[in-house]
Amino acid sequence: MTEQIKEREALGGAEVGRARRRKEDARLITGRTQWTDNIQLPGMLHVAFLRSPMAHARITRVDASGALARPGVVAAFSGADLAGEQGSLPCAWPVTEDIVIPDHPPMAVDEVRYVGEAVACVVAIDRYAAADALEAVEIDYEPLDPVLDMTEALKEGSPKVHEAGNKSFTWKFAEGDIDAAFRDAPVVIDRTYVQQRLIPSAMEPRAVVAQTDGDQFTLHSSTQIPHILRVMLALTTGIPEHKLRVIAPDVGGGFGSKLQVTAEEVLCLLLTRRMGKPVKWTESRSEGNLTVHHGRDQLQHIRLAAESDGRVRAVQVDLLADMGAYLMLVTPGIPLLGAFMYSGIYKMDAYDFTCTGVFTTKMPTDAYRGAGRPEATYAIERVMDELAAEIGVDPMEVRRRNWIEHSEFPYTTICNLTYDSGNYEAATERALALFGYDKLRAEQADRRERRDPVQLGIGISTYTEMCGLAPSRVLGSLSYGAGGWEHADVRMLPTGKVEVVTGTSPHGQGHETAWSQIVADSLGVPYEDVAVLHGDTATSHKGMDTYGSRSLAVGGIAVVRACDKVKEKARHVAAHLLEASPDDVEFSEGRFQVRGTGASRTIQEIALATFAAHDLPDGFEPRLDASATFDPDSFSFPHGTHLCAVEVDTETGATAIRSYVAVDDVGAVVNPLIVEGQVHGGIAQGIAQALFEEAVYDVDGNLLTTTMADYLLPSAADLPSFVTDRTETPATTNPLGVKGVGEAGTIASTPAVVNAIVDALRPYGVHDVRMPCTPERVWRTLRSREEESA
Amino acid sequence: MIPASFDYLRPSTLDEALTMLAEAGEDAKVLAGGHSLLPLLRLRLAYPAALVDVGRVAELRGVADRGDHVYIGATTTHDEVVHSPIVKEHCPLVALATATVADPAVRHRGTFGGSLAHADPAGDLPSVAVALDMEFVVHSPTGRRTVPASGFFLDYLESALEPGEILAGVRVPKLGPGWGFHYEKFHRTAQAWATVGVAVAVRRSNGTVEEARVGLTNMGPIPVRASGVEEAVRGAEAGESLREAAGRADEGTDPPADLHAQPDYRRHLARVLTHRALLSAAAHPTG
Ligand SMILES: Cc1cc2nc3c(=O)[nH]c(=O)nc-3n(C[C@H](O)[C@H](O)[C@H](O)COP(=O)(O)OP(=O)(O)OC[C@H]3O[C@@H](n4cnc5c(N)ncnc54)[C@H](O)[C@@H]3O)c2cc1C
Repeated sequence: MTEQIKEREALGGAEVGRARRRKEDARLITGRTQWTDNIQLPGMLHVAFLRSPMAHARITRVDASGALARPGVVAAFSGADLAGEQGSLPCAWPVTEDIVIPDHPPMAVDEVRYVGEAVACVVAIDRYAAADALEAVEIDYEPLDPVLDMTEALKEGSPKVHEAGNKSFTWKFAEGDIDAAFRDAPVVIDRTYVQQRLIPSAMEPRAVVAQTDGDQFTLHSSTQIPHILRVMLALTTGIPEHKLRVIAPDVGGGFGSKLQVTAEEVLCLLLTRRMGKPVKWTESRSEGNLTVHHGRDQLQHIRLAAESDGRVRAVQVDLLADMGAYLMLVTPGIPLLGAFMYSGIYKMDAYDFTCTGVFTTKMPTDAYRGAGRPEATYAIERVMDELAAEIGVDPMEVRRRNWIEHSEFPYTTICNLTYDSGNYEAATERALALFGYDKLRAEQADRRERRDPVQLGIGISTYTEMCGLAPSRVLGSLSYGAGGWEHADVRMLPTGKVEVVTGTSPHGQGHETAWSQIVADSLGVPYEDVAVLHGDTATSHKGMDTYGSRSLAVGGIAVVRACDKVKEKARHVAAHLLEASPDDVEFSEGRFQVRGTGASRTIQEIALATFAAHDLPDGFEPRLDASATFDPDSFSFPHGTHLCAVEVDTETGATAIRSYVAVDDVGAVVNPLIVEGQVHGGIAQGIAQALFEEAVYDVDGNLLTTTMADYLLPSAADLPSFVTDRTETPATTNPLGVKGVGEAGTIASTPAVVNAIVDALRPYGVHDVRMPCTPERVWRTLRSREEESA
Repeated sequence: MIPASFDYLRPSTLDEALTMLAEAGEDAKVLAGGHSLLPLLRLRLAYPAALVDVGRVAELRGVADRGDHVYIGATTTHDEVVHSPIVKEHCPLVALATATVADPAVRHRGTFGGSLAHADPAGDLPSVAVALDMEFVVHSPTGRRTVPASGFFLDYLESALEPGEILAGVRVPKLGPGWGFHYEKFHRTAQAWATVGVAVAVRRSNGTVEEARVGLTNMGPIPVRASGVEEAVRGAEAGESLREAAGRADEGTDPPADLHAQPDYRRHLARVLTHRALLSAAAHPTG
């Protein structure tokens, strides 16, 4: 570890660690930028999709001719019209050998399997004409039975979503002797938790602009993954990869929902190919709620065996994961990303995990902030509280008895992950102090005694997670279709300015700022002199994009390595110009100096010298630039302790968060302001799952939560002021010591809130409230306990 | 979502507006703040042929003290209502309820009259209107009529306004001294409509409640008075008997079922919230 820290210090400089305001914010906040929907091209046509109103039905007739007669309409197509060329949307994560991956036409041809599935499209001269003409497309459906409940779907005789049945796969992982651990276990906790279905709600809706000159194709898309998208679209559409350029201009959020190859992207490319004109599609919020891939939706059966003092012996998990109607890009892999996280920060002797992917007639699920890890963290952190209640010990004490101690790192968990570093004691101690834990417990006791209608509850979440989704070799062993490396080019321009090309694809994370800080320190150039280019496959030729909190821990390291190469090259040029041996040339704060003399050159002077190329060392290729591709050895493991105090009004069932403390350890920090932003947004999103958000389908398979009046997102007014702090235990697996912070808050906060609610209500005999813990649900839970005890 | 096409007309006087509305025919609609109408258009739940935007009709806007009542022009925005000294002084319940409407952005666009004309039982102002017995001043090409609040709300999103009629303003009777007020709104997020709301005005003297007016938000297809409660609190001591009285809050109501609450929970909430609202109102008499 000390070696790593040395390397970090070697970056020197004052930029890394500085709370810089983000350089990209002015244009993002004012909207003076190229959001995809801002793009206007000559002759551009607009696409509107007609979407299935049925959850499950056979399409018996499509007649789009009525639409063609409408003003402004240029063309209309059904799925059948495009059947020969539309291919099947890709699934890049076949988790088992016998997995069922159904054909997934971008536009339904003869059967629809969820409400919102595209069944026809209209192309018109403007958005309004296209939307109006949808009403003139006639479609006849023959209804089929919807399949809505996972447990029912797996029963013999259930209606089938696909010919092959409703099971996609069963994936297993086991370590240790699970039967022995449960046999005679003094304490067994057995619980079932529902991870409700969520709708990722990025601020910018999805939008696509496709164009062609007949040979070359360009696709602008509000996507997180321009590089992966290009590969996948080439494979799906048959457009040769070298003829396809994908651009993610500024993108307004994604949370995983834009880690996808969407039907609309494929169809817009096909339409521009057919029509020879640019086409645009921008979704409405309601269209998005229906058809942005959904998140979570798992039924978790978790059992925990423990000694009577609360030491955990084993955890067993049996999971049903709702795939929705089809497998999209990484749908089946999401529960696997959680599979290795159910042991959390705890030591145990055995672990057993089974997950079955189930088809239903709903929108497919896929990655959503945290992807698999929030589900796992929720289950283990909830169950640790149940264990504490069962044996009558403070829930923090139970955690202490089980967690990996600081002195035990690096530690290989029961899930075979090696946690390289961590300090759960330090983060917890800090959090307890900030929270005033003991005082709140005293107040809780008092309110319980007084039978105060407003009860106080305290929730703990001592989480860890795995991020920096990386080592390509490990991803391969899990059957994931792509690698986990990342790439950067760093080039010094003749005038001494710097361009960085990154393979990451920021959509709100502030890479332009953070990468500039790293480069400024590394090359000793002013922060303002660095520009970061991203998101265009024509300028950024290699990349794996942005998801899974990987950008800094993988892509940031590629930037560091490329800078190192640039410096090494520059050192040779400096030595040559200064007539010294490269070994005698030292680099500090942007200046190369011959040891023991005053002779020096700045890195900017070297950059200019390599441009003129008049006097370079033999064999030196002109220009001062370098590339690096980084594939880490391991994931990184942020952790932290979140504490939440809630007041639950037992008369109305309403929950109010009174205080929230988050102490996160995300390793070394490049920009504390960006980290703070990620933590705040992450906590808000996790609280949203605990209290507010749920995608609801009715018994016929209609989505009821199609607007923001029904799908409730909290605003700042609904959230407390978070108290945040950090401990810094550097990761030992990368030279910056960074871990990743994009998802930590979301992963940590959901169980902290629900643990607090359950803690408040334990005196009433409550040991669970299903999420989201709405006032009505809390009230009903209390009422059913009252009725039971009456 | 994208609305179907419509004509857009912008009169500058009330007469002009009435003429335009008449000429545009049955399928024309008045547009005020647009914060209820535009969502309906965008979801294609409404297809008006023309919108007559009354936003620039000066005579429809503003608050005036008219002696025994306060007159609030229909296009006065929620924000103007909240900050009107006249409203604060003479009908504070209106200000209290209006302050709970959505968020500042909505309150700067949405209008007092639009909220009432829309006749959404989940809106915060209709229950206040029935609780305070407001009077609606309605204009048509043929003249002017007034409609009492008790006769204005006919059904879910249906008011007594006929096609071609424009709500010009509302008279809010001054209740005089000795009254306390409270609006208790229960909602899931700050921007959400009321799951249930209770508007209460209470007149106290010598420790007992002389008189109370209680309006319920979102407890049926129209805003209703909780007459059982009003009857039970008359002459009650401002203590435990208020809880008992509030127990009658859901009498005769027909609360809806939706994603935010089932009817039995709404009934329960109405009772709890009415009790809380009575306590608060009784504790803070004004004037
Ligand atoms: C995000 C959001 C949250 C909201 N939350 C709340 C809330 O918590 N509580 C609440 O009470 N309201 C809420 N509202 C609604 C808001 O108060 C609206 O402004 C109000 O309901 C309608 O007023 P408006 O001026 O926007 O009317 P418009 O939308 O313009 O019109 C509404 C209807 O009334 C008719 N109309 C309007 N003015 C007249 C007139 N002078 N004469 C005849 N007919 C007329 C229109 O034709 C239309 O049918 C919310 C709205 C939004 C968008």
